[in-house]
Amino acid sequence: MFSMDGQIVIVGGGAAGMESAGQLARSGYHVTLIEKETITGGHVRNWYHLFPDRRDSREVIKYFDDLINHKNITLLTGLKVEGIDKHGMSFIVNTNSGTEIKADAVILSTGFDLFKSERKEEYGYGIYDNVITSADLEVMFRKGEIKLHNGVIPGKIGIIHCVGSRDEKVGNLYCSKLCCVTAVKQAMEIKEILENARVFCFYMDIRMGGALYEELYRESQEKYGINYIRGKVSEVSVNIDNKLVIKAEDTLVGRPLKMELDMLVLMAGMEMSESSKSISESAGLATGENRFFSPADHHFGSNKGNVEGVFYAGTCTAPMNITETISHARAVVSDVIGYMNNGDR
Amino acid sequence: MQFDIFIIPFNIGLYFIIFYAVVRSIRWFRDLSRSDKLRLQRGFFGTPFGQSIKEIFLESLIHRKILKTNFRLGYMHLSLAFGWFLLIFFGTIEADIFGSKHLNAPYKAIFFKFFNPEHGRMGFEAVYSFWMDLILAFILSGLLLALLKRLTPGVVGMKKTTKLKTLDKVALTSLWLIFPSRLLAESFTSGTYGTGSFLTGTLGSFFASFLPVQELAYPFWWLYSLSLGTFFVLLPLTRYMHIPTEIFLIFAKNSGITTGDKLGAFSEMQTYSCSSCGICIDACQLNFSAGINNIQSAYLMKGIRNNQDVSDIAFNCLMCGRCDQKCPVGIELTPIRMIRRRAGESTISEKSIWKKYFPDRQIIPSAKPYIKPSYNWLPGTDPEKTDVLYFAGCMTHLTPAIISSMKKILEASGVNYNFMDEKGGVCCGRPLMLAGQDKEARELINYNSQLIWKSGAKTLVTSCPICYKIFKESYYLDVEVLHHTQFIKNLIEEGSLKLSFLRKRVTYHTPCDLGRGSGVYDEPKVVLNHVTRLQKSDFEDENSLCCGGSLANLKISYRQKKMIARDVAAELTKNNPDILATSCPLCKKTLAAATETKVADIAEIVAEAIVQPVLRKNIPDTFHRIKEPVNLI
Amino acid sequence: MGNFGFTLIKERHIDFDANDKSIAEYISDREPSFRICIECGCCSATCTSGNFTPFSLRELQILLRRGENNKVKDEIRKCMLCGKCTLVCPRGVNTRNIVMLAREAFQKQEKYAV
Repeated sequence: MFSMDGQIVIVGGGAAGMESAGQLARSGYHVTLIEKETITGGHVRNWYHLFPDRRDSREVIKYFDDLINHKNITLLTGLKVEGIDKHGMSFIVNTNSGTEIKADAVILSTGFDLFKSERKEEYGYGIYDNVITSADLEVMFRKGEIKLHNGVIPGKIGIIHCVGSRDEKVGNLYCSKLCCVTAVKQAMEIKEILENARVFCFYMDIRMGGALYEELYRESQEKYGINYIRGKVSEVSVNIDNKLVIKAEDTLVGRPLKMELDMLVLMAGMEMSESSKSISESAGLATGENRFFSPADHHFGSNKGNVEGVFYAGTCTAPMNITETISHARAVVSDVIGYMNNGDR
Repeated sequence: MQFDIFIIPFNIGLYFIIFYAVVRSIRWFRDLSRSDKLRLQRGFFGTPFGQSIKEIFLESLIHRKILKTNFRLGYMHLSLAFGWFLLIFFGTIEADIFGSKHLNAPYKAIFFKFFNPEHGRMGFEAVYSFWMDLILAFILSGLLLALLKRLTPGVVGMKKTTKLKTLDKVALTSLWLIFPSRLLAESFTSGTYGTGSFLTGTLGSFFASFLPVQELAYPFWWLYSLSLGTFFVLLPLTRYMHIPTEIFLIFAKNSGITTGDKLGAFSEMQTYSCSSCGICIDACQLNFSAGINNIQSAYLMKGIRNNQDVSDIAFNCLMCGRCDQKCPVGIELTPIRMIRRRAGESTISEKSIWKKYFPDRQIIPSAKPYIKPSYNWLPGTDPEKTDVLYFAGCMTHLTPAIISSMKKILEASGVNYNFMDEKGGVCCGRPLMLAGQDKEARELINYNSQLIWKSGAKTLVTSCPICYKIFKESYYLDVEVLHHTQFIKNLIEEGSLKLSFLRKRVTYHTPCDLGRGSGVYDEPKVVLNHVTRLQKSDFEDENSLCCGGSLANLKISYRQKKMIARDVAAELTKNNPDILATSCPLCKKTLAAATETKVADIAEIVAEAIVQPVLRKNIPDTFHRIKEPVNLI
Repeated sequence: MGNFGFTLIKERHIDFDANDKSIAEYISDREPSFRICIECGCCSATCTSGNFTPFSLRELQILLRRGENNKVKDEIRKCMLCGKCTLVCPRGVNTRNIVMLAREAFQKQEKYAV
């Protein structure tokens, strides 16, 4: 039996971690929030504006910062969790500095890593100058300028969907869900900075499965004139003027398409975070073929796993957007409270 | 007159098999091409004769190659083959010295103890008796191993044993009965007469103490004769045909006959020489990495011998050459597989017994070739004149790091070069050849040859070993064909490339088409040693592994390829090298997907090490450093 | 009431029920990955032959699946079997085997005998 004095450790100080920490603290539990970087915020800090409504990510970060500013939350940054050992009903959380932290329940909100686009060698990331990822582009948005490697303003920009997702050749069969709407959003943002630029999205499918996403897609075509070409780009090369040349088939017309672009943006997918590998191995946590944590039940057990007392929140279970992450984090709170009150469920 | 009716089965069997072997050899000789007949005659009556006799002794009897690969398996074969040879040889001398006459019919040697039961009590006879018993014990030890191998292949260090058909099983049983029945027959006779040496004598006296040995002996002599007879009569229908065939094959091989492109007497001889020893199955990565164990060379040979449709077997192979290299009989397994690929599907026909013993010459109707040309839509050629042509190859376009590295190296070397397939070229033709489509491949070969010839180039450098192999073997160009590792080695030796030393530990993966396929083992390693710390690996040179990405296998799925790639990558990175180096774009792509270690082509490593300033001539700045993630807030 | 639309222009429409899908079945039985193609066009984009002539493997695959075999019979000869398509396919379709099987199926079918 646990009392309100129960200690809960949350691994990962991103959106899911901070949300669940804040909600648990407000329910009266002591929470230790451990984050491996020196600041919290996870990937949200790296985005400029968020879909669907293009609001500033700083507002969301402020919400999270305020949320974890609570007396019941102990925040430990710059500390990486290496493993979790279960002893009876409690846990020892081992960190890379050697510190051991006791816990009655553990929430893993270790999040995701972006697919390393060098692995898709034929797209030339790391080989050609002006091939960048969606994350690199967000940096440019924050600076308010988009420039090529040599400082020139690009005239034609291409966006490639499904880089590192839906691709057996890189070992990720699943869809990362968010890249399509990110591509649409980023296409619009490019046009807002560079009015005369022409933007081309190369897709296999346009997946707009979220509230207001389809409307965003329509807006991108109507107001911003974004061009959508259905055809997966097979390879990228450079020509004599250092312009990028892509090869794709325009499948809807049924003919091959060749295009010169100044810049290419790769929509990198989401992968299970590398840092959670040692945690899942140490505790014997089940992972799926997609390497994310396997839920105990797909419908009513998505916050729980195969080890009692270890819970999951956020993108460490599957790709999801910030709204879904916050909902998922609030759900885990309910599971954890139930667990702490009843001992075992 | 020393005679008994029980020897008749043996006599029938023996004379039959001698007759059969002679007739079959004559047929094979007759079916050889004229030039091959001449070669064989020269080989038989000339210097290779001695070589062949030596090889027959070392390989067919002693099984030296198998002993080197796998000692226990080799011992098993050695004890049966060499042991039986010794038994016959010394048995014949025994009958000669101690028998009633000097020249005896063979049965008198084989059944010596029956006809001379009092022999061997003392003196030289006893010594000789001891020697014969020792040989028998030698054979029986191998027989025990063979029996265990059927049950647990691990006992001879193998992972799997070859599957047998019914006739093989009958022949196997009769073969296995021969020596135990000899042992028992001789023991019972020894027991009856109180003779025999350490094995037969001891057993004999032991049995005599509680069994009616005098009555038991005769049935076992019958069994001995029957098992010998059965074995000899069934031999041509089973895999044991390899025993006589191998001898003829050794003469043929040493006379310089090769398989070539078509079916013929030589390829038939080779398929019959396969003893189904199973070494090819053990060496095959499709077996131990992907669990596919019904398509290895031993099964291909068996399928051909039994006139089955082998097209599924023929196409499901990486053509990596590991089995060729390990085959103790030296059968040219890969060329034979290629012949079957060209033929496409074959018909299965039921054969009469006569046809089974004396099959018609193997003629498979090949698929009707498509009459119209397949590639006449290719554009006309008008290439620039140049000294050096660089042909990246189809696959290399999917590994652009190799292309940008080669551009850097070519620029730094200062040669006058033209990037032949920069905007996409025509395939070299080897994938078509590997699929058995020779006619179509020839069209592409002609097209590319035109391009190369018109450009006036003296040297052709390619990045892809697949292309390299066909350029060298099937293109008949009079230009120098180099793989880029050979080209780089030349540049280093000329002094055209100044390279620094990278403090990186590198393991090299030899691509199949470059290594076993073309014999280029040293140049890549010379280049790597020049620039990095090259590590040794357990799988080097001829023994190297296949990455699994092979274009030659049309049948396996990507997942199965990945299983092979993972095993290979794990093996090659077990010493944690900094880089896993290779010299083939397909190997690079396949291995890079299977490991976290950095996989790089030799060209990339060399390009990184170039010291002299690069002549800027529209080459993109190749190594864009990836920025660290930045906090935007 | 008259004949217009689908029934009028017979060559234009795909008469799915009447079309001969046996070639597609032949291939699908021997190469199950034939079924998982999502028509993304990556194969056609990278195709060596596609650089020189109007050849689209994606199109040929979909035509086979719809039973429009006549259009595929000669076109499928244009493939050089280079293997780039197999290397880029995101679904892991064994495209080279499909080309070989299609050629085999056409040769076997008497109706389309070479």
